[in-house]
Amino acid sequence: MHEYSIVEALISRVAEEARARGAAGVSRLYVKIGALSGVEPELLASAYETFRERTVCAGAELRIERVAERWACSGCGRTVERAGALLCPECGRPARLVEGDEIVLERIEMEVP
Amino acid sequence: MCLECGCGDTEIVRVDVHEKILAGNERAAAHNREHFAANGILALNLMGSPGSGKTALLEATAARIGGDFRLGAVSGDLATERDAERLRAAGIPARSITTGNACHLDAAMVHHALHDFSAHRLDIFAIENVGNLVCPAVYDLGQHANVVALSVTEGEDKPLKYPVMFLKADLVLLTKVDLLPHLKGVSVAGFADALSRVMPAPKMIAVSAYRGDGLDEWIGWLRERLALRAGKHSGAHAHTHAPGAPRS
Repeated sequence: MHEYSIVEALISRVAEEARARGAAGVSRLYVKIGALSGVEPELLASAYETFRERTVCAGAELRIERVAERWACSGCGRTVERAGALLCPECGRPARLVEGDEIVLERIEMEVP
Repeated sequence: MCLECGCGDTEIVRVDVHEKILAGNERAAAHNREHFAANGILALNLMGSPGSGKTALLEATAARIGGDFRLGAVSGDLATERDAERLRAAGIPARSITTGNACHLDAAMVHHALHDFSAHRLDIFAIENVGNLVCPAVYDLGQHANVVALSVTEGEDKPLKYPVMFLKADLVLLTKVDLLPHLKGVSVAGFADALSRVMPAPKMIAVSAYRGDGLDEWIGWLRERLALRAGKHSGAHAHTHAPGAPRS
């Protein structure tokens, strides 16, 4: 359950930003979680619910955007589906993950006096 | 006036961050990487399930290399010193990192442990991660390569069930291949096929720490990686702690 450690890092990053801007509170967080990031959105959400009490995020809603995995050929750039081997059907070169490994804090909405 | 709730005191400000949530860990990992570079060390993040044979593999490696190159290790476990004791008995300078309830190592834990190795000249530093096919894959430790030990008894479907771990692997060591005759319907080819579906450039070596299969090929892989490191290493420079970097 590394989701707790992710939430801990998330809240401390948000606290830093809120302090820097003298925010009275934080109302919403937007994060992006990739399908192949190794982080489970549901576990992240429940870890957040547990962890946010008595932090700057106590009143902040967590919005999680899921990002699907997307592969492309490392040579010709053609889209590769993860069905069989992760190779380009055209040129045979290995595919690379273009999207889907994100664990990213996109945006914070905070209340500033 | 605040549009959100109509109050007159505060306004909602949107702050775009676009930053990795684990950016702090990545900074600590970059610092470890500097440390390894300054000392000409090849660092490996050795991952795999509990009981996949990570420690046995390091023991067998130490026995095989003799004095050819110098191996050091840290071993992550929730509790006990057992793995570090085994490694020291095999002649490997080693210490354990006990994580309490943490399911993985992070870069700061490794950094803290690194300072115990300042007296040893090392060529390879193996970071034996907590036995787990999920969480360790998420944390950069400053390693140069990810090596995943997968034992034949775990089954051919593990790469498909835990794709993130195998996606990030530079090398998979298929361990305990001496047990294959006892496993019905399980083959090296079956593991290779599963890996090709989650690893874009699959690299697997079948080994048996017990019988010695594949160890020369594994050590050959280490030598290649060491040569690559040596090519990049431009001589010793002072290892300094940047402001804000974690200190032990």
